[in-house]
Amino acid sequence: MAKLKVALYWAASCGGCEIATLQIGDKVLKLIEAADIVFWPVAVDTKYADVEKMPDKSIDACLFNGAIRTSENEHIAKLLRAKSKIMIAYGSCAYEGCIPGLSNFYNRQMTFERAYIETPSTDNPKKILPQTKVKVPEGELEIPEFYDTVKTLGQTVDVDYFIPGCPPEEKSTWLALEALITGKLPPKGTVISPSTKAVCDECPRKKEEKKIKKFYRPYEIIPEPEKCLLEQGLLCYGVATRGGCGALCPQANMPCTGCYGPVDGVIDQGAHFLSALSSIIDSNDPEEIQKIVNDIPDPAGTFYRYSLPASLLRRARIK
Amino acid sequence: MIDPITRLEGHGKIAIFLNDDGGVANVYFQVPELRGFEKFSEGRPAEDMPQITQRICGVCPEAHHMASTKALDDLFHVEPTSTAKKLRELFYSSFYVTDHTTHFYILAAPDFVVGPDAPPAERNIFGVIAKVGLELGGAVIRIRHENHWVIQTIGGRPVHPCFGLPGGVSRAISEEERAKIEEIAKSSVEFAKLSLKVFDDVVLKNKTYVDMILSETFTHRTYYMGLVDEKNKVNFYDGKVRVVDPDGKEFCKYAPRDYLKHVAEHVEPWTYLKFPYLKNVGWKGFVDGKDSGVYRATPLSRLNAADGMATPLAQEEYEKMYSVLGGKPVHYTLATHWARLIELLYAAERMLELVRDPEITNPNIRTIPNATPDEGVGIVEAPRGTLTHHYITDERGVIKKCNLIVGTTNNYAAFYMSVKKAAEDLIKPGKEITEGLLNRIEMAWRPYDLCLACATHSLPGQLPLEVTIYDAQGNEIKKLSQGIS
Repeated sequence: MAKLKVALYWAASCGGCEIATLQIGDKVLKLIEAADIVFWPVAVDTKYADVEKMPDKSIDACLFNGAIRTSENEHIAKLLRAKSKIMIAYGSCAYEGCIPGLSNFYNRQMTFERAYIETPSTDNPKKILPQTKVKVPEGELEIPEFYDTVKTLGQTVDVDYFIPGCPPEEKSTWLALEALITGKLPPKGTVISPSTKAVCDECPRKKEEKKIKKFYRPYEIIPEPEKCLLEQGLLCYGVATRGGCGALCPQANMPCTGCYGPVDGVIDQGAHFLSALSSIIDSNDPEEIQKIVNDIPDPAGTFYRYSLPASLLRRARIK
Repeated sequence: MIDPITRLEGHGKIAIFLNDDGGVANVYFQVPELRGFEKFSEGRPAEDMPQITQRICGVCPEAHHMASTKALDDLFHVEPTSTAKKLRELFYSSFYVTDHTTHFYILAAPDFVVGPDAPPAERNIFGVIAKVGLELGGAVIRIRHENHWVIQTIGGRPVHPCFGLPGGVSRAISEEERAKIEEIAKSSVEFAKLSLKVFDDVVLKNKTYVDMILSETFTHRTYYMGLVDEKNKVNFYDGKVRVVDPDGKEFCKYAPRDYLKHVAEHVEPWTYLKFPYLKNVGWKGFVDGKDSGVYRATPLSRLNAADGMATPLAQEEYEKMYSVLGGKPVHYTLATHWARLIELLYAAERMLELVRDPEITNPNIRTIPNATPDEGVGIVEAPRGTLTHHYITDERGVIKKCNLIVGTTNNYAAFYMSVKKAAEDLIKPGKEITEGLLNRIEMAWRPYDLCLACATHSLPGQLPLEVTIYDAQGNEIKKLSQGIS
């Protein structure tokens, strides 16, 4: 059997997905046995120009991590889509926009002004901002255009599969690679993870009745070691988050923050969590409910911590 | 014009313009990306910042997590328990062991162990293993693997940790875990000693390499920055920031809260990254020397800025380095690799000290803050430079303003200058531009362990390099490329 041709790419991301890919450890050998890595900027000496020369659909699968933030990110996403039979959004940034997607609460101008003018360490009396094209004495310099809005890979090109997580845990990565190697591929659009259910399903903490009179911030209480964190008033996102990570954060006494995205069948993770919350608040009095909810300081930024660009909200409207 | 770290694959590019006679007219090191954390952190609950800001960099999330958690201690006016501080530093020391090991063996050693002029296909970790033997190759993998286990055990997750809280950490460790970490610390110390021996055998006993380290091409006389403890010894987790001038004299020493009195950032329109400099010297452009505010914050800088190492074996190695290289400060950029190994030994020794501390398994790991949050600054030494997080919140602890000066960014002006100097020394009228030349230029920035993830993102040092040479009229005359794995 001919070896598979696999490409890996990063767009607007932190590099954690590259580290996560390497976490498959010894299984890297199995991967290399079955597949040639034809493009991976961190590790393989193939140039962008070489990819351009490849015939369309000549790459069997592309694992693409990172969100779409600049003109360069978009350009490469479109190129790799054209060259690849299967396009996989690897990790939360490509899948949902992730934490850098919180940038959609603001716009380019606000981001630039903060970074290059307003920050207290910045000394920029002429208020210089980066420009896509700049004339210097020796010639012209170019940098990619920075977009107003962070987009997911799926909002930019057609995506076949999604691998959740910030970053994906080893099991999730291997599940996808194994499917590629064996050719036993799930239906298009599948979110590939060891679990289709919520993090709660794999969390060892004891769950009883969820009735909450008050929400606490994580620094305000020391939670009981074995009891469900949400039942103790911590905003643990496990109820609205896909499992597959093994409930790592709750086992370190910290609430799940939602990095694996929504469970199967849910489009908007934030709305799902909100509906879960409303059913556990222990009150029928609208004023009291309001008071309880007011303890949550940043509902939008918390409920959409990883999924704002992919959500029904997508971005804040800036007046 | 040289254009490495390709515009399309990279998240960093270098443009080198030639003049009419084929010498170097000017150099630009551009960073083509920004992600905007300083803006979108506004509105977020402060206690979430350790987990938010670590998404700046998946290579050194531990550093952001620590700087941020310390900023929260300051912001909430809370003193972490003694055990919490020790657990954080233990975690952080273990992280340093993995990070410095990765850089030395995977990124730096190929140049020295395999050789700077070896074909790119051999200049990688496999080439290193072929030279030093499978046994050491196996040790590299094992040390990294075991320390990742330590990071996950204390930090909660393998890549982006979750244990930092104002006033402490979220989870204590058991005696069983402690005993296992102690074994790992012991083997880390042995591994670090062995690594210094490899450096001694392979690099220091080779005159060609020593001459290269001492060459003017790889030398800059700058200020040096690093975190020190109360005895002015190198510390990664806590202390004051000390800066020495190019003669090695203390220029300033400041507490995290005072960073704005000492550091400022310059903006250029052709790059998304800013250029930090010493405010009280001033921005004089891309030049070194005492009158220029350009400073460096690297392993070598930390050793230059301190009076020594806090652990005995690392102190011996520290003394040896300065005696071999002719006293302090050392301006030879390539000696940064040596300094990194001395830090590796310090990190391993510190890890062993901490894990043997009778308090380390104490369950008292949290102080609950009760003061109103307002403003906080946290500083740690990231492997790639002094890392500063500064937050201002409302009385509910919601971020109003966030300012970050990040590891690699500190060195932006310096590594730009190092690349420029190497290019100027190596590209001469009438001299052919070869693959070997590319690697020499690359060697000028490799000591900085560039993590443009912190600035843009890319694995440190593993940036593909593409060089396009343009003549004085801007016409492309030659293109060379290579990957660095």
